[in-house]
Amino acid sequence: MTIEVRNVCKSFKDVDAVRNVNLRVESGEAVALLGPNGAGKTTLVEMIEGVQIPDSGEIRILEKSWEKDEHFLRKEIGLALQETRFQDRLTVEETLGLFAGFYGLNQQRTREVLEIIQLESKRATWIVHLSGGQRQRLALGIAILPRPRILILDEPTTGLDPNARRDLWKILDDFKSTGTTLILTTHYMEEAEFLCERIVMMDQGKILADGTLGQLLDKFGEGDLIEYVIDGENPAAEANTLSGVLSSCWDAETGQGILTVNSISETLPKFLDLIKSFEVSLTSLECRRRTLDDLFLAMSGRHLDE
Amino acid sequence: MNSTLFRLVISQFKLFFREPGVVFWSFGFPVVMAWILGIAFANKGEVMRNVAIVTENPAAVSALPQWLLKKTGTAAELSGESELEWEVGMNKGERARFRFRSMSEVEAVLSLKRGQISLWIEGSPGTNLSYRFDPDNADARLTYLLLETAFREKKSSELKAGIRPLTMVGIRYVDFLIPGLMAMSIMNACLWGIGWNLIELRIKKLLRRIVATPLRKSIFLFSHGLNRMILSAAEMLLLYVFAYFYFDIRIQGSLLALALVFLSGYCAFAGISILISSRVQNTQSGNGMINIVTMPMFILSGIFFSYHNFPDWLIPYVEVLPLTMLTNSLRGIITEGIGLAQVIQPSLGLFGIGAVCFALGLKLFRWH
Repeated sequence: MTIEVRNVCKSFKDVDAVRNVNLRVESGEAVALLGPNGAGKTTLVEMIEGVQIPDSGEIRILEKSWEKDEHFLRKEIGLALQETRFQDRLTVEETLGLFAGFYGLNQQRTREVLEIIQLESKRATWIVHLSGGQRQRLALGIAILPRPRILILDEPTTGLDPNARRDLWKILDDFKSTGTTLILTTHYMEEAEFLCERIVMMDQGKILADGTLGQLLDKFGEGDLIEYVIDGENPAAEANTLSGVLSSCWDAETGQGILTVNSISETLPKFLDLIKSFEVSLTSLECRRRTLDDLFLAMSGRHLDE
Repeated sequence: MNSTLFRLVISQFKLFFREPGVVFWSFGFPVVMAWILGIAFANKGEVMRNVAIVTENPAAVSALPQWLLKKTGTAAELSGESELEWEVGMNKGERARFRFRSMSEVEAVLSLKRGQISLWIEGSPGTNLSYRFDPDNADARLTYLLLETAFREKKSSELKAGIRPLTMVGIRYVDFLIPGLMAMSIMNACLWGIGWNLIELRIKKLLRRIVATPLRKSIFLFSHGLNRMILSAAEMLLLYVFAYFYFDIRIQGSLLALALVFLSGYCAFAGISILISSRVQNTQSGNGMINIVTMPMFILSGIFFSYHNFPDWLIPYVEVLPLTMLTNSLRGIITEGIGLAQVIQPSLGLFGIGAVCFALGLKLFRWH
């Protein structure tokens, strides 16, 4: 067992940030803590990182505790915080070298990491001149410097453009092959799906769901979605009788409807015939698989990016 | 447009008033400073101007002081350790206050170096009476002018006195100033170099990132202290080299004593800076905290002018301020030539202040 969180609670003034959370992470697992802002993800990982102390409950990491084995655990955990501003007027290589010194590592490791995070060409560039994506890659580089057994990343791609985000994902995906246990907090479902086999959904300090993407989709909702917007009479009642439709809903105000179906290819032609027979105008149509956001919405009434 | 402007202004007001630290440093701090300085200096009347009467035998009742006292209309005798205060009405209803002490020339030189007197009077009544002071010292010049005017008001027309400028190395105003500037540079190096730096690291969340590594917190703090100590020593050296070549200022005392005083002063201010930076979470509060510590010492500790001009009741408090202890010790070594034995006590005091502040700061220190 790499990480074990037992009945952990943490409050700040009158806010219960984490409420009786239990979580077990095995060695080599990649776990995403997924939830909107204020879900309690950061507080939970800060307690795992040893930055915050739980009000109650227990956290054991690599069979050790922060109270007794802080120095040991600091060597075994690499982390990238939600936002760290490194010293503007140090170069990339100097910054990596500085942190390498904290872990007693040599310059060789600094060069290796520069290569991993693809910043060799920026080695002599001051931090102030790096883009947001390059800074996040540097933060990741510092996190992986000591070849940690546990890597904790707190919203590593928040605020990055899609290209920078994908660059970081690629580096992380490659790094996962080293067998490091990864804990990632994010409110991007694509990030959780891409990087982690296991997803833990959190909201209001509690764990709502825990499992692989397939397990979560199977457990909390089946079927694909046909989303449409029409201008005219409501065909929802008739649509509900079409074969393969599991459920339907309709918002009269916006003209927006959703059909949950067993198979899009089976139901879609029938649905389009129905629309045609009603002689209403179809202004928008989207067919898609159910996502984590749909599950989260169903469980919490909120979207992940709220 | 007006509505947008109004909303912007209102939202900025809200942001301002919802940050208690900013509100305090903007409104509270100036008022508190005005109150403290007002209490310290209000209604203190005219500044007491200290003047030495230099005679061959200060223990005896000598001719010059008695003659002066007669002219000033005071009846008391002035000899030995005794002091005599003279308050005199000037034209336009203003008043001047002088405190005379009889002493030897050697004592007068020492008192001048320490800022305990502004000038001295020597010579024989009616013939070759002289005022001795550094013409570059504005305070001494003012004391001379006031004293001259006061004597004239008393119609002491037979007082024929001249000025003999004191320009020898060691008792010029610049000799007084340079050690003070050195002390101030040590204070600033610590409070801005260590304190401000730590506050900035906390705001950037870099402090939190660093303590998440196996690096020991004590080594991290020590590295900041060591770095600034080296820079501060270089600053002092540069200042001294400049003063040596440009003003011909020589260190009269022991270099070992100088090193001890520098180290103890540095420790005191490094400890204070750790304490100041222990909890501050934003730049406004950090700025205010540093100013609240530096400003009173900057004004009171005798960097630019002697603190002996302050009210008597304030002087004992001024003398226990770390910057005063450091300035006096540096001044003693550089201009008076004092040695290790004389600086041990203030150095221990400075080490003590540093240790207490460091221990307290470390206990309160917030790493994230």
